[in-house]
Amino acid sequence: MRRVKAILATLGSVAVTVFGLALVTFLIGRVVPIDPTIAIVGDHAPPDVIARVRLELGLNQPLPVQFLIYLKHLFAGDLGHSVMTGHPVTEDIARYFPATVELATTAIIVAMLLGIPLGVLAASRPGTWFDQWVRIVTLAGQSVPVFVLGLILLLVFYGKLGWAPGTGQQNVLYDGMVPRITGMLVVDALLDHDGEALWDALSHLALPAIVLAYFSLSTITRMTRAFMLDALSGEYIITARAKGLSGARILWRHAFGNIAVPLITVLALAYAGLLEGAVMTEVIFSWPGIGQYLTVSLLNADMNAVLGATLVIGCVYIALNMLADVAYRLFDPRVR
Amino acid sequence: MTTMRDWLLSDAPVSRRQAAWARRYRGWLLFRRNALAMLGLGIILVLILGAVFAPLLAPADPDTPDLAMRLARPSALHWLGTDELGRDLLARLVYGARVTLGMVICVVIIVAPLGLVVGSVAGYAGGWLDRVLMRVTDVFLAVPQLILALAFVAALKPGIASAIIAIALTAWPPYARQARADTLRIRNSDFIAAARLTGASAPRIILRQVIPLCLSSMIVRMTLSMSGIILTAAGLGFLGMGAQPPTPEWGTMIATSRAFILSQWWVPALPGIAIFVASLAFNLFGDGLRDVLDPRQG
Repeated sequence: MRRVKAILATLGSVAVTVFGLALVTFLIGRVVPIDPTIAIVGDHAPPDVIARVRLELGLNQPLPVQFLIYLKHLFAGDLGHSVMTGHPVTEDIARYFPATVELATTAIIVAMLLGIPLGVLAASRPGTWFDQWVRIVTLAGQSVPVFVLGLILLLVFYGKLGWAPGTGQQNVLYDGMVPRITGMLVVDALLDHDGEALWDALSHLALPAIVLAYFSLSTITRMTRAFMLDALSGEYIITARAKGLSGARILWRHAFGNIAVPLITVLALAYAGLLEGAVMTEVIFSWPGIGQYLTVSLLNADMNAVLGATLVIGCVYIALNMLADVAYRLFDPRVR
Repeated sequence: MTTMRDWLLSDAPVSRRQAAWARRYRGWLLFRRNALAMLGLGIILVLILGAVFAPLLAPADPDTPDLAMRLARPSALHWLGTDELGRDLLARLVYGARVTLGMVICVVIIVAPLGLVVGSVAGYAGGWLDRVLMRVTDVFLAVPQLILALAFVAALKPGIASAIIAIALTAWPPYARQARADTLRIRNSDFIAAARLTGASAPRIILRQVIPLCLSSMIVRMTLSMSGIILTAAGLGFLGMGAQPPTPEWGTMIATSRAFILSQWWVPALPGIAIFVASLAFNLFGDGLRDVLDPRQG
């Protein structure tokens, strides 16, 4: 019963947060110096047309009423039309989002596979040169701008060494060759049993995924190290040592087993954080994801698209945060 | 100087002032042992000096183009070479420290007091006020900082002032969370109860008793968040949403010279290194400061 209550409370607070987010995007949309009617009908429309469109958009209503109309549209899944593409914003986002998911998922897997062992090993020998080295690498990861790292990798691996293909999600040769099923090119090529296209997609994915992975590697490693240091100071570790268990077994079975739950939370949050890094990475690598969509819309003052993308990214972010919270409740016996 | 040191390290301070300075001096001694943190502090001091004395240090005017000297390699005349309009890169980097540090200071001046007040009021008052303030905080925490800042700048007008406002609007929630957590810890202490018994009003207690005790963790958070502010400001500049050309802002400089990455790589790379070094310095400094001021956070 208490668990149901806790879950209901979480859902309630999520609803309030989403509502607040909608209010923020709505208000941003209203302070824009660009008149949304002009954006639709153009500068040279006759005054009666402008007046009619204003009426249709409900712009003559008081602000709270406008907000209710905005909410009603949101519930119906309507984020308005993008001036730039001419499509509904929801349709655009559905087209661009899978590429971001592909990039972010690859990145989080790489970051996890590297970051967790690094953190565990650093914590097992605190103060050594290895620990210092990990500290420097992770601090550097938190300090390097994603777009600078992306440009440098492009310069070295594409420009100088020629190991990596250029920007984009695939070579133009394969453009339209792989039937779009999930929108994630690697998965689609796999489903299509197209080995060459798969190799092409993977090689295009490598650099941007590495850039993004480094972005979250720092957080994951630092948190793993902090959790492990805490776990290793527990009395049960001393007991295990006294029993004569091997160092590796104590490290991985006893100490790591106890930090797995908080680590899941960190991973979920890091995954959400990748949405932010993805914007910059996608710009640098011309990756056709939501970050690219957002920035291109921004430069074209396409406010429906900008606010729609902001809202969607915000909702995904909130959902991942909620997932982290729920995972914690489900897996940690003490919270249960 | 030994007398000064003895005064500071005395076991029996005779005045409040001596005790306070002794505590600071011990913190400094602890901080000084951390080589990386000292390196961070050193870089920050160099950046500040560079920003303050930019007109004296810069070898040339950062805005004067010289098309005959476009994209020149580093030489005796231009130590770091020139950019795509023939402007001296070193001069632009030095003036860029001004822009970046200026933005960071502006954001922090807005954000730290705001977060401190929201957090301590919410934590001290509790009840509905706490719930409302924390919900508002959650909404702003719910969107990645850069993305919300982008949306804000789009609504205002690209430029340094908008970028500062946008970053400030998105950067205060962690401060508020922190201040609230600290306040909750302090609220039930005996000395707060004593202050209440003497008839002190809630605003007075918050201002005189609670906020001073929140300051040390606030300072740590400030230094660590400065590196994030530098990155966001540079990112906005790079996307064309922050400082506008010809302002010598590091992110903007990368954006305008990005096309030359394969031929004259140092032109976009140098401002990139500047951003990295500045951000790393604040991270190193903040990390060391945390060990001294806020050991609980480890």
